[in-house]
Amino acid sequence: MEFVSPEGLRLDGRRPLEMRQLRAEIGSISKADGSAVFEMGNTKVIAAVYGPREVENKSQQISDKALVRCEYTMANFSTGDRVRKPKGDRRSTEISMVIRQTMESCILLEKFPGSQIDIFVQVLQADGGTRSACINAATLALADAGIPMRDLVTSCSAGYLNSTPLLDLNYVEDSAGGPDVTVGLLSKMDKVTLLQMDSKLPIDIFENVMQLAIEGCKAVANYIREILLENTKQLEYRRGK
Amino acid sequence: MKETQITLNQTQKIRLQRALDTLHSLSSKSLSDASVTVADKIPVNLNDSSILKGHGTLDLDGELISTNCGIVERIDRLVYVRSTKSRYIPETGNVIVGRVVEVAQDRWKVDINAYHDGVLMLASVTSPDGIQRRRTEADELNMRNTFEEDDVISAEVRNVQNNYTAQLHARSEKYGKITHYTDFLQLDRGQLIVVPCYLVKKRKQHFHQLDEYGVLVILGCNGYVWVGELIEAKDGMELDISEQTHGGFTKSEEEEQHTTLLETRQNICRISNAVRVLSILGFNITLEVILEIFDLSRSLDVEIHDMLGGEFCVLVAEREAERRSQN
Repeated sequence: MEFVSPEGLRLDGRRPLEMRQLRAEIGSISKADGSAVFEMGNTKVIAAVYGPREVENKSQQISDKALVRCEYTMANFSTGDRVRKPKGDRRSTEISMVIRQTMESCILLEKFPGSQIDIFVQVLQADGGTRSACINAATLALADAGIPMRDLVTSCSAGYLNSTPLLDLNYVEDSAGGPDVTVGLLSKMDKVTLLQMDSKLPIDIFENVMQLAIEGCKAVANYIREILLENTKQLEYRRGK
Repeated sequence: MKETQITLNQTQKIRLQRALDTLHSLSSKSLSDASVTVADKIPVNLNDSSILKGHGTLDLDGELISTNCGIVERIDRLVYVRSTKSRYIPETGNVIVGRVVEVAQDRWKVDINAYHDGVLMLASVTSPDGIQRRRTEADELNMRNTFEEDDVISAEVRNVQNNYTAQLHARSEKYGKITHYTDFLQLDRGQLIVVPCYLVKKRKQHFHQLDEYGVLVILGCNGYVWVGELIEAKDGMELDISEQTHGGFTKSEEEEQHTTLLETRQNICRISNAVRVLSILGFNITLEVILEIFDLSRSLDVEIHDMLGGEFCVLVAEREAERRSQN
């Protein structure tokens, strides 16, 4: 099947190096300490952060830093066919662990010994790149909750179809069976904290594709930074002196 | 933003936006210049080694970066980032409202919306008979007579431990002169409203007795606001000695049968909704503003449940814009 037309257009009309449209909203869940909705094209994800708060299970308490728990679920209605088991299946467990490790690398855990930070992410609409959207939403939610982080973690995916590196794959391109590289990046420090790939790639092409994903991460980071700055200013001028 | 909770029609949206734009123009420009997000560089002269790096900052490769979203504050040599929205960080002397979550051996654990539950020691609460004495085992076994799980209490932060755990003591308005057990202010006829804690400022007075409405308002620094019925505390000297020797607290029968007046209940609901409106709009919560909104809703004959609707919220925003532009 042709994923990149001879004119250089993909199935949804994008250019190979073009990302999908980004949209973010902060503070959607008023009960949570921090929350955010993040959209990458048709992929829509909501994240809620609770904490730092008292540990529920005293046996899991860590004496010198905070405990991070993460849960990734897909809403029943998020994919084409109604999902029967939204959480507890292997893919969800794996992605929960991946998101948790990624966020642990950027939160300053030593500031809250003996406490617990809960991150809940749910996919409302899945169209490829859900893992990346979840990490971006979690970053926004953590910043909204006022939890100190050493940097903003952003994530983006890239692939290689019809001998062309493609940025930000959607579901159709993802399910083509070609390579799918997901990168999580600490944007200002320029350090990669997450690197996953499906299928296989020769090493030189892999470097190109990974670099492309890193560029995507930086673009997402700029957008997230704008959103957070706007939100901070708004909160400040509303409350007054 | 929280206003997504209230449904507004097109005109209301425009009016709200206009009111918020007025507030924006009234805010100082220096404030918006000092806004930072995570990993932003804080402009500071690093050659000056006497700079103190406070909360919310991180020294990375010789540069000072912010770890939170917030405003950079500089006081003398201290540079720190004041995060707007965060959980409550206890400070000594703050008056807080909390909910008891656990009754432990010689202490109560109280949920105060902080990183850890607050700890209220048995010894920090006046004994039932009012005498200053060491707590016995009988006192420990009778702890539930004072506070049980899910009770709402008000207390003051005595000190804060290293990991931000607050030690509390039960506060009485009449300093040092605990007369009747209701001075513990176990709060049970009213509403507990949770607001973002940055909207409640530290003031001299946190307990507000509104006698004309029969309502007690406690603005906890931790963002828990109590609006409840004002019960007149009896003077302990008049207490019958036989009541005291019964041990523990026994609520006198007349208090159990006492039902709150309808008017008082309506006042409680109206004031609670005023607090909720302020929380939705993100404005500072002070007693003056609450009473203004209360009077506004009564003068316009707004139904209590309509106070959380779009129209009243927009009116409050417009009022606030007016008030701030006059100041």
